[in-house]
Amino acid sequence: MSVVSRGEIRLSAPVVRGGPPAPPHPTKIDVHDMNFFYGDKRALEEINICMQSNLVTAFIGPSGCGKSTFLRTLNRMNDIIPGTRVEGRTHIDGQDIYAEGVDVVQLRRKVGMVFQKSNPFPKSIFENVAYGLRINNMARSKAELGERVEESLRAAAIWEEVKDRLHESALALSGGQQQRLCIARALAIRPEVLLMDEPASALDPIATQRIEELIYDLKKNYTIIIVTHNMQQAARVSDFTAFFWLGRLIEFDRTEKMFTAPTEKLTEDYVTGRCG
Amino acid sequence: MGAVSTDFRAPDLGTRRRHVVDRGFELLALGALLLALAALAVLVVDVLSDGAGRLNWQFMTDMASRRASSAGIYHALAGSVFVIALTGALALPIGVAAAIYLEEYGSARSKLSRLIEINISNLAAVPSIIYGLLGLGLFVRTLSMDRSVLAGASTLALLALPVVILSTREALRTVPKSIREGSYALGATKWQTIWFQVLPIAMPGILTGLILSLSRAIGETAPLITIGALTYVPFAPDGIWSAFTVLPIQIFNWVSRPQAEFQENAAAGIIVLLGLLLIMNAAAIFLRDRFQQQGRG
Repeated sequence: MSVVSRGEIRLSAPVVRGGPPAPPHPTKIDVHDMNFFYGDKRALEEINICMQSNLVTAFIGPSGCGKSTFLRTLNRMNDIIPGTRVEGRTHIDGQDIYAEGVDVVQLRRKVGMVFQKSNPFPKSIFENVAYGLRINNMARSKAELGERVEESLRAAAIWEEVKDRLHESALALSGGQQQRLCIARALAIRPEVLLMDEPASALDPIATQRIEELIYDLKKNYTIIIVTHNMQQAARVSDFTAFFWLGRLIEFDRTEKMFTAPTEKLTEDYVTGRCG
Repeated sequence: MGAVSTDFRAPDLGTRRRHVVDRGFELLALGALLLALAALAVLVVDVLSDGAGRLNWQFMTDMASRRASSAGIYHALAGSVFVIALTGALALPIGVAAAIYLEEYGSARSKLSRLIEINISNLAAVPSIIYGLLGLGLFVRTLSMDRSVLAGASTLALLALPVVILSTREALRTVPKSIREGSYALGATKWQTIWFQVLPIAMPGILTGLILSLSRAIGETAPLITIGALTYVPFAPDGIWSAFTVLPIQIFNWVSRPQAEFQENAAAGIIVLLGLLLIMNAAAIFLRDRFQQQGRG
């Protein structure tokens, strides 16, 4: 039964496996036939996608289409929701992250995440960034801790704004600053992949622009996946774009092709605002 | 449908009637509040007029005596403070750990977990004398603690536990999911997330629950009488194995004497007990505000 229905799904919604070859960017994340369930409800169907390192991939699609769910499968953040289940194969750097014996703590150090709503801890700016370093024993001395915090805040382009008030509450920062602080916090533990779940959806245009510039800078060192509802944002920041619809990956291709000459009718309708 | 009067200063009959009902309920609620306050005021004034004359530094520092004029409250005050401090020291770690397990580790929506929660709520309502019987059987006899401070504090800790567990669970639930996710996303383990992020945020609520349950425990007499603390102990406890008496028991002792002087002593003892309660509740508010400020800054 499942084999037959799988075949049908493929026919009705062909998926593109991997993007066009781009030699300098080796495969970072390789997902094969992934199904995801909330209890009995299947939220993701037969996802096949291959993302390359040091590129920005944008996930677009209407609300509830599964793009955030898929993003959260990549650092196993859905594990903390009871009753969820994953099928298929999800490889990061050739390792199956859902294989038995995989340590999620180790995985999440490598795959960092920034959330839709900025969620600084109710502690000082310094402590927010130092937390990840401390719990993972990544700083051997106080001096090293301070250096790593500064380096992370610089990488997230917020150092100049906060350097004189590192020990004040993070909650006193503006929304845009809080989100960049959360990015600094994620960068502090030196992940290789950065997952961003609508990181600018609650920000004003200026703060959004700063986040987008930051994403552009960060891709030199990180593989970035960003979920966004904003088509222009996807077009501006990403190299590849994946379009999700009702739990399926409809199309995945270079961003300029997705926005100018998509293969699927559904993609074209969505990016031009005719549906969704 | 009748047309609504267009003159705003002359409301129609129905509107006026609704205003009367509105005002009536306001007065009714005010009356209930005043009644409660009046009862409290009568109690305080009565106790103060009886006991204030007796209350002086000597009364605070003297031990029990067979002569009313030279009897003091020191031994009972020291006993109460000692017992309650030990009760808190026992109830806080056990109660918080149990709540953490139920809320964070046990699957919160399972049938077993709900059953346990209902049972804990019921335990919180069990009459305190039942805890006294449990304490007598378990701590005094089986564990041979005798009528010690430790036996009394253990019994009161059992009494306080349900409220500590329930209020801790409530406090843990108010910690936003986004904070936990932020911590997990940085590679924190469950324990690190709970210890470094969740507990500090929940602390004001946990402490408030603890001190409220201790406030209840400090006035408890029945369970302590049951475990055998109603004896003449004219000295302050000097260790966890020492015999003890507490303020409510000493007050009860004095009230049951026929002489008027002892009645005065009882009233003065009540003032001391009320003062201790006030200090504890003030401490609860102080701690809560401090932790909340830490949360912000």
